Amino acid sequence: MTWTKKSVYSIIWMIASVSIMGVSSLSAKPKVAAIYTLPVEQQWISRIHKALNASKARGDIEYVFSESVKNTDYERVMREYADKGMDLVVGEVFGLERGARKVAKDYPGTAFLMGSSFGPTGQNFSVFDNWIHEPSYLTGMIAGAMTKTNKMGVVGGYPIPEVNRLVHAFMDGVRAVNPDVKFMVTFIGSWYDPPKAKESAFAQIERGADILYAERFGVSDAAKEKGVLAIGNVINTQPDYPDTVIASAIWNMEATIDRAVSKVASGSFEAEDYGQFSFMKYGGGNLAPYGTFEYRIPAKVKKRVAERSQEIKDGLFRVNVNDAEPKSTM
Amino acid sequence: METSIAWLEIFLNASFWVASVRIATPLIFGTLGEVICERAGVLNLGIEGIMTIGAMAGWMAVYQGAGLWSGLFFAAACGGIFGLLHAMLTVPLGLSQHVTGIGITLLATSLTSYVYRLILPEVNSPPRIQAFEPLEIPGLSSIPLIGEALFNQSPLTYFAFISVVVVSYVLYRTPFGLAIQMVGENPAAAEAQGVDVTVIRTVAVVCGSAFMAVGGAFLTMSAFNAFFFNMINGRGWICIALVVFASWRPGKALLGAFLFAAFDAYQMRLQQLVGTEIPYQIFLMMPYVLSILALIVMSRRVGYPQALMIPYRKGER
Repeated sequence: MTWTKKSVYSIIWMIASVSIMGVSSLSAKPKVAAIYTLPVEQQWISRIHKALNASKARGDIEYVFSESVKNTDYERVMREYADKGMDLVVGEVFGLERGARKVAKDYPGTAFLMGSSFGPTGQNFSVFDNWIHEPSYLTGMIAGAMTKTNKMGVVGGYPIPEVNRLVHAFMDGVRAVNPDVKFMVTFIGSWYDPPKAKESAFAQIERGADILYAERFGVSDAAKEKGVLAIGNVINTQPDYPDTVIASAIWNMEATIDRAVSKVASGSFEAEDYGQFSFMKYGGGNLAPYGTFEYRIPAKVKKRVAERSQEIKDGLFRVNVNDAEPKSTM
Repeated sequence: METSIAWLEIFLNASFWVASVRIATPLIFGTLGEVICERAGVLNLGIEGIMTIGAMAGWMAVYQGAGLWSGLFFAAACGGIFGLLHAMLTVPLGLSQHVTGIGITLLATSLTSYVYRLILPEVNSPPRIQAFEPLEIPGLSSIPLIGEALFNQSPLTYFAFISVVVVSYVLYRTPFGLAIQMVGENPAAAEAQGVDVTVIRTVAVVCGSAFMAVGGAFLTMSAFNAFFFNMINGRGWICIALVVFASWRPGKALLGAFLFAAFDAYQMRLQQLVGTEIPYQIFLMMPYVLSILALIVMSRRVGYPQALMIPYRKGER
């Protein structure tokens, strides 16, 4: 190929336009990277992914993500994103609490917002968690009023604080309206084994459970097949199981993400605990619309739930937080 | 008081037996596949990855509009392709079967994630398919306990039982089966009889891998109706142990898979009965601990294929 004038000009033009684009993106939106340890389909992660995508769609941020990053590889990916000049790195560090904090210390110019069981650290390491014990309590109130056998089942992955506190809140809600209910609790020792979760749920239905707390994928499927009811968690699963899922406690990450993004944009990001932005008061958690169960839940129950919901938002009622492993009561 | 007999009552409940057979099905396919490979003298540690491929391929084919049985066939074919890769590396090239097998597992699981994301880049929750429904066999299914457990199952479970019979027949009653056994015991003697060791071993590994993939497909097309990463969850490794338990016999493979599944179904039920006193981890451990014990008892007299894991090179002394 010969270097004609035209080709040289076009190359110069290309380089110039690319660099202008680069500069403009640098000056405008905050660059956000997310690092997830599981695929974005996972309930928990899907909520963070959704909030970040919404922010991107509004034009607030530039968003990139890495999914299925192993805990052993997580620090490397954190460093890579920080080195690439990301303004905010979002993720979950339950498997590498100490290591992640060390990385944050090495990159004081980058903001970190991480799902964590511990508190904020240093100048730039903020934490959040799925604090949706309040709507979980409300789903418990509904379940307590709907059970006929007074037996309920809970199938969980592992008894970690994030799971335990929601299960306890659910149980407290049930007992608040129906103290006679007994619980069966099973852990399957895996986050991702729907066939096994389903088998455990079948075993609970055999023993008389007529409402299942569906902490894992697979439980609602068992309930649907056997014609019993289920309670959703983190996402609204009712559209997939219209005659099975009575109510779901939903987690909304929007309040948390939007606050962090605006702080980063204004240069005022600092280490703080974003946990409360998952509370109902900030819209971080809510009870899913009753949908197909609108007319199957007694009006009296709906009224009680609405009242309690208002009390929680007004700060007049506090749902107890219990991180201990839940146990069967029958 | 009540719990003292309740742990025995579990066995009287038909659904316990139904669950045991259901949980056993993927293990039957996987173990059968591994038996075929190892009988021909090739250890296939690619099983975990090949099951993952099968789980994704079968489900994805159905999701893209294929019928359930053609989806299953597609899963088996994909498993066979990875089996062929394993066979190519370990049989004619004679590479380490351990290393190659682990490599196949890593490649297959990563490739599964990659292909899944390529086809479904933006999904919020994994899409569902219409999975195999349990098929009740009239008459037989009304026998108490056994009837429901054996004759009210997914068509794939019946297919697993039939496969055990067919594989046993082929292995013990046909010249081809004899050839498979021979290349696993004494490839030099087989060669002297005019048997092509490379061809027989390759065919055995491809067929065995296809069975493994069907075992994976059972999880997404019958036990559940969607694909999740990591959902094979170590079932492939269980099959490797079950092969030793079965002393490389298809019939005993069926028994071993059923025993393991029964332990698992039992612990799920026991966990609810006495879960308040004993940590749940003990229950989750139970099937594995009992399998190790069973393995110790059974493997005292094992006769493993003499040429297992030994590459055959023509003319080498």
